[in-house]
Amino acid sequence: MRSLIRRPATTGPHDPAPSRLGYRYQRLLLTPGFRAATRIGVPILLIAAIAGSHFSKAENRAALVAQIESTKQRFQERPQFMVKAMTITGADQSTMTAVIALLPTDYPVSSFDLDLEHTRRTIEALDPVKSASVRVGAAGTLEVRLTPRVPSALWRDGATLRLIDETGVVSGVVTSRSERLDLPLIAGDGAEQHIEEALALYAGAGPLSTRVRGLVRMGERRWDIVLDRDQRILLPGDGAVAALDRVIALNAAQDMLERDVAVVDMRNAKRPTLRMNEEAVAALRRVNETVSTNGANN
Amino acid sequence: MGDVYDNQRAMRQMRKAAMQRGVVAILDVGTSKIACLVLRFDGPEQFRNVDGVGSMAGQSQFRVIGAATTRSRGVRFGEIEAMQETERAIRTVVQAAQKMAKVRVDHVIASLSGARPRSYGLDGALDVSGGMVTEQDISQVMANCDVPDYGANREVLHAQPVNFALDHRSGLADPRGQIGHKLTTDMHMLTVDSTALQNLFYCIKRCDLELAGLASSAYVSGMSSLVEDEQELGAACIDLGGGSTGISVFMKKHMIYADSVRMGGDHVTSDISMGLQIPTATAERIKTFYGGVVATGMDDREMIETGGDTGDWEHDRRTVSRAELIGIMRPRVEEILEEVRARLDAAGFEHLPSQQIVLTGGGSQIPGLDGLASKILGQQVRLGRPLRVQGLPQAAIGPAFSSAVGLSLFAANPQDEWWDFEIPADRYPARSFKRAVKWFKDNW
Repeated sequence: MRSLIRRPATTGPHDPAPSRLGYRYQRLLLTPGFRAATRIGVPILLIAAIAGSHFSKAENRAALVAQIESTKQRFQERPQFMVKAMTITGADQSTMTAVIALLPTDYPVSSFDLDLEHTRRTIEALDPVKSASVRVGAAGTLEVRLTPRVPSALWRDGATLRLIDETGVVSGVVTSRSERLDLPLIAGDGAEQHIEEALALYAGAGPLSTRVRGLVRMGERRWDIVLDRDQRILLPGDGAVAALDRVIALNAAQDMLERDVAVVDMRNAKRPTLRMNEEAVAALRRVNETVSTNGANN
Repeated sequence: MGDVYDNQRAMRQMRKAAMQRGVVAILDVGTSKIACLVLRFDGPEQFRNVDGVGSMAGQSQFRVIGAATTRSRGVRFGEIEAMQETERAIRTVVQAAQKMAKVRVDHVIASLSGARPRSYGLDGALDVSGGMVTEQDISQVMANCDVPDYGANREVLHAQPVNFALDHRSGLADPRGQIGHKLTTDMHMLTVDSTALQNLFYCIKRCDLELAGLASSAYVSGMSSLVEDEQELGAACIDLGGGSTGISVFMKKHMIYADSVRMGGDHVTSDISMGLQIPTATAERIKTFYGGVVATGMDDREMIETGGDTGDWEHDRRTVSRAELIGIMRPRVEEILEEVRARLDAAGFEHLPSQQIVLTGGGSQIPGLDGLASKILGQQVRLGRPLRVQGLPQAAIGPAFSSAVGLSLFAANPQDEWWDFEIPADRYPARSFKRAVKWFKDNW
């Protein structure tokens, strides 16, 4: 009798054996290396492929760059990072003008846009500035603290008078000598490279210092001290200070420089030489003649 | 025998490689089911640097991480009969076990239950002439064993040194380093049909697996279901399988005899099927649910519906009493046990100091079997279950899995076999340096 209800054909028990190919595939999937490769390698490849196809178009690349830029901008322009003002301390008017020209002009500006190190180096490159510290302080202020260069001498360079410090760095210009009477005047070729020696001489001038008009570098080798009344002290290249001390001693003993002496030549230490003015020479000769004729007459 | 020797050595190398990889599969090819266990060797015992067997007899070395069984196809009497079918079954079970283990296995250790095993006791002697016994001497004395002509188409499956004797001191487990004159050994050799082995080889190779070891299932189920003192004092393990019943006799922790009766649970099923005129599948179900070997008065009243699908009401509504079922099963079980008895008698089992008999395998679950077996086999009969190993699923701890569990013990620490020792010098290739050294030693 045939059953009325249709049942699935039951020809023996179900045989669940995998096919050879399926078996191999399963084994491949269970291989640890292959598992790792599929778990990590395939997603990476997929992501790389998608990203590559997306960014192969120029406009997508540009859009990404723009997106990054705008995000960066938004972050950098948060109020916390904005610099609203600046303060400069430790500078006179002219230096301040020069420094302001190096700083950003329009505020507020993001502190990410400021290159403080570069700014500091450019400010320090200014002549009147010895050192500077630049930082963004509290409340968004750009603080510039300057240490000005202290000039220690006036250097006559051609027609201009320059302020110069002991390391030979020019820090400014003055229009006339009378502006800085406190500084010694230095002139001559190569004078700016030996400021320290000149300052030592100036300091050693002692009683003569009121009379010193300036120091002149001669032949880029030695110094002349120019006194008022056009007197000159010619100093040697070596041992200039000692020679100057000798001159001061002579002056103290015999009032040498009060006399009508034009040049005290100390270049040869063994043979200090005086040169008198023409009139003095003439007067001396006259006196000598008179003395001799008088003697002859007597 | 040379070919087998090299094959077995190669399999030992493969086992070593598998151990290094840490994952090895166990394949018990039986007549009614094929079981596969995937073992991971990373237990705390794995890196123990003490010699000898570790705690828990070495089973804490490994963990079962995958287990699967499938209905066996194409296997009769424990021998592969339809290669394609068996290959498919092996594929199924290996794939399922792999899936559970979540790791791929490449090395497999297999056991086979049939293939007409035959045991031989061999002895060999070597004159060591007052010197110290070296490893080379041991391999030489085993090579000196006079091997009987075990026939063509047979292969050696196991060859284990059971005993060493030096002069008059016998029962040495390890004679290395001892001084004496004459070293003798007793070896137990088990040969099986080479065709069955080759079929198994071929099936496993077709599944892209490497064979890392082979064992007789009678031997490995004895290893798992006999407790230590039984193995020491002498016991027989009867593995009542589906198509064959394995017998292994243990003494001093060595297998000294193995055999198999080509009858098993499947014959009981076919008897039921024929006697009650029901399909094999139904017969199998009835056997497992209601089977037994001792009938009581209650069993006359317990009616079992045999069912049917013919559409004939009379035929489909037949019932059979449990006593009838037992009446069919009992003669066959008795026949099996009597055959076992005959094999044990032939092996001289009655001379052992202890004659414990342990019944295991799927067939041992028949209720009342121990009572029947004690009538036939002797008083000391017990039902054996395999050792507990770590990670084995609940479904696989029954006696039907004793050979699978034993095979995993065998994989973890196999007993020394002949091929595990150093190669005897005369087996080296003709131009070997060692051979030259040996010649000088012997002649000067």
